[in-house]
Amino acid sequence: MLKYKRLALLSILTFAMFTLIYSINVAQDSSHNQLPQNEAVSSDGQHHEDVVSATDHAESGEGHAEEKLNAGKIIMEHVADAHGWHLWGHTEIPLPIILYSSDRGMALFSSSRFEHGHKTYGGYMLQGQKVVAVNEMGEMDAHHATINEAVTANIFDISITKNVASIFICCGLMLLIFTNIAGAYTRKRKGLAPTGLQNAMEPIIMFVRDDLIKPSIGHKYEKYLPYLLTVFFFIWIANLMGLIPVFPFGANLTGSISIALTLAVFTFVIVTVNANKNYWEHIFMMPGVPKGVLILLTPIEILGVFLRPFVLMIRLFANITAGHIIALAFFSLIFIFGQNGTGVGLAVSPLTLVFTVFMTVLELLVAFLQAYVFTMLSAVYIGAAVEEHHH
Amino acid sequence: MELVKPEFGLIFWMSISFLIVVFLMRKFAWGPILSSLKERETSISDALNAAKKAKEEVANMTAENERILQEARNERDVLLREARETKDQIINESRAKAQVEGDRLITLAREAITNEKMAAITDLKNQVAYLSIEIAEKMIRQKLSNDEQQKALVQEMLKDVKMN
Repeated sequence: MLKYKRLALLSILTFAMFTLIYSINVAQDSSHNQLPQNEAVSSDGQHHEDVVSATDHAESGEGHAEEKLNAGKIIMEHVADAHGWHLWGHTEIPLPIILYSSDRGMALFSSSRFEHGHKTYGGYMLQGQKVVAVNEMGEMDAHHATINEAVTANIFDISITKNVASIFICCGLMLLIFTNIAGAYTRKRKGLAPTGLQNAMEPIIMFVRDDLIKPSIGHKYEKYLPYLLTVFFFIWIANLMGLIPVFPFGANLTGSISIALTLAVFTFVIVTVNANKNYWEHIFMMPGVPKGVLILLTPIEILGVFLRPFVLMIRLFANITAGHIIALAFFSLIFIFGQNGTGVGLAVSPLTLVFTVFMTVLELLVAFLQAYVFTMLSAVYIGAAVEEHHH
Repeated sequence: MELVKPEFGLIFWMSISFLIVVFLMRKFAWGPILSSLKERETSISDALNAAKKAKEEVANMTAENERILQEARNERDVLLREARETKDQIINESRAKAQVEGDRLITLAREAITNEKMAAITDLKNQVAYLSIEIAEKMIRQKLSNDEQQKALVQEMLKDVKMN
């Protein structure tokens, strides 16, 4: 028994290491990409300012002779995370920035201090949507600040970004809805026929329980119900929230790889911790397979253990992000055609509206489907891990 | 490639929030909801089972009633048939008895008649014998002298006796 607990621990550690190495790689990639730009800054300050001001003007959408509509950039900004919650025009709700760095300690201030990336504050400034450390500690024009690479590398940015705020809203909404329903079951309408919200949610809860979780896991399903139901409704509500374009919704929450990663890791941990002897045996010593084949099969099985949560993450992230990008791209068509004259833009708008509505309706389906798929696959993986040996 | 880069802050907040939410949901939402659903399911299935049982009982009772009724009907039929048979038997027996009795009476009557007849014949014979004796006595008294006459008379008398 102890042996398998140890194996479980080992798998978790391996997965953690994999995640860590992956993050470091990506971080290095991005710093490599930034390096030539920074060299240019140190050698030629004037050039840097030009670059920054050009991007600034494009971002703020101020009328400029060279300005061209960059639909790709706008779309990416919409699906990416942000430190402020954009409402309309130049209005946005500032969100708290929380930073910890081993050199400078904790810092907590409002994102409005950066004035959309134009100012530095407390030794930090915004580069795109990334908080970077600068050498100058006071408040000054961001264009003249110099980036402190050493400190930047050690920043832990736990700011309440748009996505983090959305997590809170989604969680709050879930708690509100389901404690309310629980109240209806236990107090308000105990023993009576369900009505309203309770009646709306009950078939979905029953569906998830009876058609998704029970057949996938088997008779031990009850232990995993709270987690899987929470995952299902979290993904579904977050997906639906992402489809509503007005505040306080519209964040691309489930289309963020960090969210998908966290959920996949939770499933992975539950699978690994609850896995029984039978499960590990099938991975390391597939019964009834010749020794020679095992040399080939075991690495594939071990890879499969990590591949499953990875695929779970990619599927959710890619589906939701792609949906958002396509819907936004159709919508952007109005403005792309509008560059050739307002009349052209207006002429195209009915068609793009039809496309956008179609995509949004499709996304409504996808929102449910992805929650369904994530929950079902999690249940299937858990089911495979707790399945009893029978031949 | 910003899109596929996991962000520490987001993972941090997501992990904390999600763990708290799973815990709270388990305690305050899924627990009560799932147990209520289960309770209701068992109560519904119990009620259905009870209804089924009651239905079976009613069906059993109906069958029982039907059976009792059928038995009563059969009983009545048997009784009626038996009564009819008894009646027929009694009639037949009476008829047979009457026949026998009649036969016996007739036989008795015949015997009596035969006896009476024999007695009458005997009596007649006795009477004839008496009359013959009386006639013979009278003849003897009247014409014992005359042989011819005596012989004629005897002849005549014997002729009469033969006739008889």
